Amino acid sequence: MAYIEIAQDTCKGCSLCVNACPKQILEISSDVLNAKGYPTLKCIDPSKCIGCSFCGLICPEIAITVFK
Amino acid sequence: MKKELIKGNIAIAEAAIAAGCQCFFGYPITPQNEIPEYMSLKMPQLGRTFVQSESEVSAINMVYGAAGSGARVMTSSSGPGMSLKQEGISFLAGAELPCVIVNVMRGGPGLGGIQPAQADYYQSVKGGGHGDYHLVVYAPSTVQEAVELTQKAFHTADKYRIPVVVLADGVLGQMMEPATITVPKEEPLPEKTWATTSIGNSSRKPNIANSLYLDPYKLEKHIQHLAKKFDVITENEIMVEYNDIENAEIVVVAYGTTARIVRSAMNTLKKEGINIGLVRPITLSPFPTDEINQACKNANSVLVVEMSLGQMIDDVKIAINGEKPVNFYGRQGGVIPKASDVVDEIKKLRGVI
Amino acid sequence: MKQVFKKTTMLTDKPFTYCPGCTHGIIHRLVAEVLEELGIGQDTIGVAPVGCAVMCYEFFNCDMHVSAHGRAPAIATGIKRVYPDKIVFTYQGDGDLASIGTAETIHVAARGENLTTIFINNAIYGMTGGQMAPTTLMEQKTTTSPTGRSESLGGNPIKMSEILATIDGVCYVERTSVHNPQHIIATKKAIKKAFQNQIDNKGYSIVEVLSNCPTNWGMSPQQSLVWMEENMIPVYPLGVKKEVK
Repeated sequence: MAYIEIAQDTCKGCSLCVNACPKQILEISSDVLNAKGYPTLKCIDPSKCIGCSFCGLICPEIAITVFK
Repeated sequence: MKKELIKGNIAIAEAAIAAGCQCFFGYPITPQNEIPEYMSLKMPQLGRTFVQSESEVSAINMVYGAAGSGARVMTSSSGPGMSLKQEGISFLAGAELPCVIVNVMRGGPGLGGIQPAQADYYQSVKGGGHGDYHLVVYAPSTVQEAVELTQKAFHTADKYRIPVVVLADGVLGQMMEPATITVPKEEPLPEKTWATTSIGNSSRKPNIANSLYLDPYKLEKHIQHLAKKFDVITENEIMVEYNDIENAEIVVVAYGTTARIVRSAMNTLKKEGINIGLVRPITLSPFPTDEINQACKNANSVLVVEMSLGQMIDDVKIAINGEKPVNFYGRQGGVIPKASDVVDEIKKLRGVI
Repeated sequence: MKQVFKKTTMLTDKPFTYCPGCTHGIIHRLVAEVLEELGIGQDTIGVAPVGCAVMCYEFFNCDMHVSAHGRAPAIATGIKRVYPDKIVFTYQGDGDLASIGTAETIHVAARGENLTTIFINNAIYGMTGGQMAPTTLMEQKTTTSPTGRSESLGGNPIKMSEILATIDGVCYVERTSVHNPQHIIATKKAIKKAFQNQIDNKGYSIVEVLSNCPTNWGMSPQQSLVWMEENMIPVYPLGVKKEVK
């Protein structure tokens, strides 16, 4: 099963990955702000991740590591 | 090493080559054109670099790239070209990159003229570019001295990681005089461990040629480091020449070509029994403040002679510190003062005329 | 289970200082990945521009020079003449490369210096707060074209890739974009070619990368990518403008 790891403190909540994800399983969550005060990325349905790496490719902060 | 009759500009170029100058970047401007012309032929023959840049701005930035990479590098220019280089000179000073910049001065402001002048003293000694920094400035007065100071400039630049200016003028650049192109014997220099050589197989951190400090406290610390370094240079590197100052009633302060004119005026006056001394600063920066004060101790007054409206006179006044009158005689715009003019001026000062 | 996407060692651990959604981070990563994949990172010396990307000297894990505004090509020339066998690149924005450094840009190309330039075109000055750039589009509002760029007041957008393609000595010019994953992959391919050309001693290579500035365009990051696609690409068509095989 593919999955992603998110470096919460690096994420700036820009949401470019949210729109790039073909499975639409990413969202920016304001539940918890990171140390810099940004809302950060959350994978809402990890079971659907296909490991395509689009999120990692478009992330300007290199905050996403993808496993497949 | 034989003495030859050689033009000042070419002597400077040959001196640089003998001192191991690896790269020359420049742009044509009168009266220094013989330097890039000579370099354009010789440097490639020696497997070294010559680039005629698209502007003086580019030339000085090529110097930055090569200096940051650890090479011995030189550029030369005059007047308007020197103004264009000031941006890069400020960056070189900030990044502590060693290089040699030759200015064969001509008359200004603006396009000015192409005849010799000494009007770039402020620009060279007081800054020219933006920010708090000092350069080392050497002022040769003969072709032989131009050779020796050009070579010394490379050494001083490397020793202290500082841009060094050789401040000549159109007379010195264009005149032919017997000179020997020496091969300098240099003291060992520290290794350039800061140079951007690429990391290669070493485990060191990246080297950065940089003048940016966004944190004001870090920038302040950096500026104070530069200032301390210049204090050490002031302590060790001041050069000054004295002529007949012991019994002089008037001491003249002049540098470069002007000092030669003053010397012939002194000879004339001596025959008339008038004792005049000459102090010739060889380093204009650091300026020989204490040396000038001491040299003028027994004189009644001081005369500064320059091919400008009077720029170095400010530093001489600081040196004399109000202890006696400091007078000025100068010609501007490329007009070279005659020895007889200096004689007349001195006689006027003595109240004879 | 293996990592299929991770950070390259050619970037330092320092977090990027760019605004949320700024594509500088993407392009930094592509350059760094290419340096690692081509095995040239340890032999590379980079030149940072003036502008937002001046900070890239802290991000690329190789020797760097920080240049005066627009002078990166001249500095790179100086470095390359000292080390002809090293890899030298400049990373420059549109103000740097297409305005204050136009002379340096044109002449580094005309000399055919064996260098690689990554040119970031986001049609605005970012660092100084959103002023008009040489590449600002007609009608685009900036802080120095507050009613929109007009020809009479602000002139016309300058197309550097097309200009550089006319210059002998230039080996490779391509314009790409990073507004979606497909184009990011294509951009990386172009950057790789631009560095490979330098390894192969082919002369000057430049990749113009269309980029964004959500902060100064006054848009969300996602809106800015859409704006790039809809407004910038028609003015700055993508593709290879010159390639000497």
